[in-house]
Amino acid sequence: MPRSVPRAQSLSTDEFIKGLWKENPVFVQVLGMCPALAVSNTARNALAMGLATLFVLLMSNAVISSLRRFIPKQVRIATYILVIATFVTIVEYMIQAISLELYRALGAFISLIVVNCLILGRAEAFASRNTVGRSVLDGLGMGVGFTLALLCLGAVREVLGNGSLFGVQLFHDGFQIWVVMILPAGGFFTLAGWLLLFAKLQERRAGRRSLADEVAR
Amino acid sequence: MNRPGPIEPTSAPSTWHMYRAMVGIGSLCGLLIVTVFQLTRPVIERNKAEALQRAIFDVLPDARSSTTFRFDGNSRFVILGEEQTSDPLVYAGYDESQRLVGLAVEARGMGYQDVIRVLYGYSFAEDAIIGIHVLESKETPGLGDKIERDPAFLENFQRLDVSLSDDLTRIVHPIEPVKHGNKERPWQVDGITGATISSIAIADMLSKSTAHWIPKIRQSLDDFRKAG
Amino acid sequence: MNGDPLWSIFINACLINNFVLAYFLGICPFLGVSAKLATATRMGGAVTFVMLVSSACAYGIQLLLVAIDTPYLRLISFIAVIASTVQLVEMFIKKVSPGLFRALGIFLPLITTNCAILGLALFQTNKGYGFVQSIVYALGAGAGFTLALVLMAGLREKLELAAIPGVVRGAALALMVAGLLSVAFMGFAGLGG
Repeated sequence: MPRSVPRAQSLSTDEFIKGLWKENPVFVQVLGMCPALAVSNTARNALAMGLATLFVLLMSNAVISSLRRFIPKQVRIATYILVIATFVTIVEYMIQAISLELYRALGAFISLIVVNCLILGRAEAFASRNTVGRSVLDGLGMGVGFTLALLCLGAVREVLGNGSLFGVQLFHDGFQIWVVMILPAGGFFTLAGWLLLFAKLQERRAGRRSLADEVAR
Repeated sequence: MNRPGPIEPTSAPSTWHMYRAMVGIGSLCGLLIVTVFQLTRPVIERNKAEALQRAIFDVLPDARSSTTFRFDGNSRFVILGEEQTSDPLVYAGYDESQRLVGLAVEARGMGYQDVIRVLYGYSFAEDAIIGIHVLESKETPGLGDKIERDPAFLENFQRLDVSLSDDLTRIVHPIEPVKHGNKERPWQVDGITGATISSIAIADMLSKSTAHWIPKIRQSLDDFRKAG
Repeated sequence: MNGDPLWSIFINACLINNFVLAYFLGICPFLGVSAKLATATRMGGAVTFVMLVSSACAYGIQLLLVAIDTPYLRLISFIAVIASTVQLVEMFIKKVSPGLFRALGIFLPLITTNCAILGLALFQTNKGYGFVQSIVYALGAGAGFTLALVLMAGLREKLELAAIPGVVRGAALALMVAGLLSVAFMGFAGLGG
């Protein structure tokens, strides 16, 4: 998917799309995994976590972008974290009000969204230097890409580890579930699998082996 | 200055600018948080109360209403008012005619994976536990989490004997876990094959909790009856 | 005040529910730092120290917040404390042992966004641990983190010399090894009871 380089301040949908594939936060940038893996053992939890992160990303990008000329360089990281923490606290209370059961399932990991390198990274790299419109699109794209990635993890883990998807049983009783998938180890394996798939696909697309080096450390 | 790119460095950013930014943004954030908090608090309290009620009615099937009591540390149970407290709580259940049905008590203990919390219902009439409800558990799905779903296991708690000695100070036969299929006495808990540790954990935490609370509760029977 | 015994809390945090291998906290430094054994041990030590200090501060903050009835400020105050602690530790290490400071390099400031530290503060608050319990919990978590990091580093140093396809190298391989370690640690479950 070729990415056009905008010269003017036009709102290009590329800002949004880049977050889905080319710069997908989880699979390509390998960012923000911490909270992702622990609670993506079912599709529903993964979706909830993704949407919560999307909300925080969107709001913090918007606020930081609109205040960008107001914040001196010296205190910028502190202010970014303050803003992000505010929205994480807000989303925490919102989830508690919507569904106590979901809140208990996600636990402290909602609060941990605040140390998700993705959000701080976008604030520093993008929102602090671009208009509100573009920052919102960027946040939206990255957030949706993140949610989709989490969904991939959660869906695979739930289908293989519980025989269901979003709580709906898929297989008859004879299906032997792979309990390890629901457990943390399964999270590691599933993410490794998806990363491999992504890397292979990107390698094919780019036709170059160097992309593997980008993903490697 | 309408183009993307690095922020142009301001010359000598004054302390005033830094304070202005931090304090200004801090106040804005504070305002946002407090607003959302106030808006959501009533909803959250209601959700919590409803969830608790459902758990209480689950373990005390005949109950239609409940009253929360706190233990004052000596020997009295006092009705909980609006105050915040860290005293242990018990929940008394009453039927339509305001007669005391039983008491719901919370117990916790270490399971296989992490701490398990359960609510159990105690009936004065039967001198036994008449139901349990798992409040929180992180046991292995498909294995340990059978403590929540296995009907044979849950049957243990339909009438789990915890009768007291004549002087009402201790339980005559403490709850004990046994291997699956070996249950012979009403105070024994039949384990789940394949989820031994989780089922033993439940039995142990109930044993400890009942040994601690049932004598105290029994001695305050009148306090509970009066509140009905 | 929570009734869990101290040894159970330690074993739980270190082995059964290892912060890295069971909760996925601290993955960023885990994948990033763990390439060399020496750096791994030092990082583990620094993280443990920050955890201890943060745990104590978090306990104090929680008491304060309950006293003035502003639970919603918890997240912001925890982050502020953790960031300050890391700054202090950085300055301290720079003064006391410049060699160590250079060896740790960029990773020290990165500890701030280390989910493990914030996770520790949040978990201990949720579980309602008392002061001593919190300290033991922090010790266990730090020990567990160091353990996982050291194991990972040892494995990766060996893997550097193995013939592995280019596509797999890097993050994917690290995650698979982590997954296997996680399975191995599952063997500790049931120790706490």
